[in-house]
Amino acid sequence: MPNLTVNGVAHAIDADPDMPLLWVLRDRLDRTGTKYGCGIAQCGACTVHLDGQPVRACQVRLGDVGAQAVTTIEGVSGPVAEAVQAAWRRLDVVQCGYCQSGQIMSAIGLLSGNARPTDADIDGAMDGNICRCGTYQRIRAAIHEAARSLA
Amino acid sequence: MLNVRRPNPARTAPTPSRRGFLAGAGAIVVAFRLDTRPAAARGPDLASVKAQPNAFVRIAADDTVTVIVKHLDMGQGNTTGLATILADELGADWRTVRTEFAPADAALYNNLLMGPIQGTGGSTAVANSWVQLRKAGAAAREMLTAAAAFAWKVPVAEITVADGIVRHGPSGRQARFGELAASAATLPVPADPKLKDPSEWRLIGTRVPRLDSVAKTDGSAVYALDIRRPGQVTAMVARAPRFGGTVRSVDDAAARTVSGVLDVVRVPSGVAVIARDTWSAMKGREALKIDWDDSAAETRSSEAILAEYRARAKEPGLTASARGDVAGALKGAARVIEAEFTFPYLAHAAMEPLNATIERAADGGYDVYAGFQFQTVEQATMAAVLGVTPDRVRLHTHWAGGSFGRRATPSADYVAEAAQVLKAWGEKAPVHLVWTREDDMAGGYYRPTVLHRVRAGIDAKGAVVGWDHVMVGKSIMIGSPFEAMIVKNGIDATTVEGASDTPYALPAYRFGVHNGREGVPVLWWRSVGHSHTAHVMEVMIDELAHAAGADPVAYRLSLLAGAPRLAGVLRLAAEKAGWSAGAPGEKNRGLGVAAHESFGSYVAMVADVTAGDARGGAGADAAVKVNRIVAAVDVGVAVNPDVIRAQVEGAVGFALSSVLRNRITLKDGAVQERNFDAYEPTRMSEMPAVEVHIVPSSVAPTGIGEPGVPVLGPAIANAVFAATGRRLRSLPLNLAGTKGA
Repeated sequence: MPNLTVNGVAHAIDADPDMPLLWVLRDRLDRTGTKYGCGIAQCGACTVHLDGQPVRACQVRLGDVGAQAVTTIEGVSGPVAEAVQAAWRRLDVVQCGYCQSGQIMSAIGLLSGNARPTDADIDGAMDGNICRCGTYQRIRAAIHEAARSLA
Repeated sequence: MLNVRRPNPARTAPTPSRRGFLAGAGAIVVAFRLDTRPAAARGPDLASVKAQPNAFVRIAADDTVTVIVKHLDMGQGNTTGLATILADELGADWRTVRTEFAPADAALYNNLLMGPIQGTGGSTAVANSWVQLRKAGAAAREMLTAAAAFAWKVPVAEITVADGIVRHGPSGRQARFGELAASAATLPVPADPKLKDPSEWRLIGTRVPRLDSVAKTDGSAVYALDIRRPGQVTAMVARAPRFGGTVRSVDDAAARTVSGVLDVVRVPSGVAVIARDTWSAMKGREALKIDWDDSAAETRSSEAILAEYRARAKEPGLTASARGDVAGALKGAARVIEAEFTFPYLAHAAMEPLNATIERAADGGYDVYAGFQFQTVEQATMAAVLGVTPDRVRLHTHWAGGSFGRRATPSADYVAEAAQVLKAWGEKAPVHLVWTREDDMAGGYYRPTVLHRVRAGIDAKGAVVGWDHVMVGKSIMIGSPFEAMIVKNGIDATTVEGASDTPYALPAYRFGVHNGREGVPVLWWRSVGHSHTAHVMEVMIDELAHAAGADPVAYRLSLLAGAPRLAGVLRLAAEKAGWSAGAPGEKNRGLGVAAHESFGSYVAMVADVTAGDARGGAGADAAVKVNRIVAAVDVGVAVNPDVIRAQVEGAVGFALSSVLRNRITLKDGAVQERNFDAYEPTRMSEMPAVEVHIVPSSVAPTGIGEPGVPVLGPAIANAVFAATGRRLRSLPLNLAGTKGA
């Protein structure tokens, strides 16, 4: 029975090792902050961190996670995460909000490795996250604002 | 007002394919009366609405003010907007304000602009609630004041209310809302509470933080897809690959052996796999072997449908509006421009795919959890499926991960399907019906494909003399429960809006319409008819301006003497965009403008675009890059200016991909685009800078969920012309391979 560490807690999961991490999180662990949008790594709504790196949970099989630590929107923490979430709230980025867990996880990933991203850096890191409401202008502004607040 | 009836194929089915579709979906049609008179005609109804504080606000002992929201919030920010209106009249402290979605109750929570129906659409949430929520807030304030006056034995007139505190100045006594709520609740509701003067507003017109920002940034906001009821199972339905197709036979032996699959049942729309979780349901559905019967299905390709449209557009069609002698005017014109515009089917493609959870409760009623957008219709339709009265179906509305119109269907399609699955399975456990992205995108209910043909003439001085306009497209309302109310003489107002009622002073004008007959389900898509009519009108006007040698802004203004608010946003956008200075002097860069009224709101946009290929032409690699959009909007009183700005920014992000590339195409009746790889929404790197300017106004507020959408396409198309000399009419814009003017 595969073991899975999610947000610092170890779980024994009784599921097909081929089951995507997305569905393990949502249907077996009731961690529903991670969203399903497309199932084919086109939209980024399911972005989580594996050992701190953003990945699309719809493309990671349960059996391949191994000992890597899974972090979801519900468990993300630290100065970068706090700065990103605070900037998102100050600028009222969200509209329907459904994609924003994934956007935030991607933005935290970007800022964790690049303290002062340029617009081109933001395009590169965020182009895989679709927001159908079109909140991109505020996402970009919030990432810059989070970077400033961390400086 | 609410008659449940089975569809009458003779009346609702002009073609075999449509009959097939209705039968295939097992549709139960619920008839409604929907009031579609223009808002102005109903002004008195809105103003005379009763003060109903108990329906719309609850004040707790801990000072929390809970505003009951009768509409769906699918991202447009109406929870914040509606709460702002009530909280301002109440005198609440914004930090204590919360919201809660209302239950289904058409008597209490009807949309005042839709008659006796609870529903969200047509950018009406703030518009229809404006007086209703002010009165509710004012009545609650007067009840708190009366309770304080009674307790303190002081005159009501000496009491003031602000920031959640009730004060008596002369004595210095004060109390928090929570301390007075219980005694205030025992008092009679004032019939005619005094509304605040706009000078007394503290929240309306200011930037208040959105009430959903925290829950939507920490993963705690609960969408329908996140519902987890004890013992719930996941259901997925295999539906016909062609609209109107039905199941001839099914072999479910392999599906039943898939781990986690619990059962396979037939439902009117196809075959449902019931499983322990989503992954098992997907795998079980893949293992089904179904022989589909396409004998009643739509099997044509998109090109064939458009070819039929093109042929029909040569005939005048039904007359939606007419004035003057169009034929004579065009005969005498110095120049006539003839143009064809085509528009594809479009999917709404909201981020949260359609889904709903339904369960039978211990009392024999049903509880349903979804992003309900058309509560009265959805409740009645599910009740008819389940064989109970509507009041036994309790709706629990959740945040919706987008909609853009898709969650409000006259057939209540997906929630009715959830009820059908529950029923077919014997109501053994709560059922979560989940549509995958592919189901959602290939499932129909598209923005209709439309063809417009226009012949417009100008005289020697460039003035418009005549305009002959014919449109072909499938009506949204014909065949729906609202047909009798909205369709007059075969003309669906929601199809022709924005063109048949053009504000331009065209001396001779005719708008004719042919209703499409294909068996593809169509629906309102953010801005409905305006999503294509505005494009045609604004590109044509631009062509005429250029033919006349006139400035496109000045030319429009000369025709808008009777539309001062539209002229106002046009002037403001042009000024803020630096229109008179023109585009930056770069190769293949240009400015384009468009202005349009929809749903009582006025929007103008100036697009700054770079277009062409590396050589400045329109070779195979030619592309359109939108650099900047400057928008001006007039929505009357700007309740939440920042939410208004967000909606216009978002309208640009939402609509841009439909301007540049999105289309749903049918090949032999089968939908080709099934996920975001083939139907790709706008991405971060494509998003232009968007600037939004709001016209100050004291007119009653109108909506902004949709009106930003219609003008984006024509502003960009007109800018592409300015940049390249290529006149692109149809959407999506296809610059590659076009010839210069």
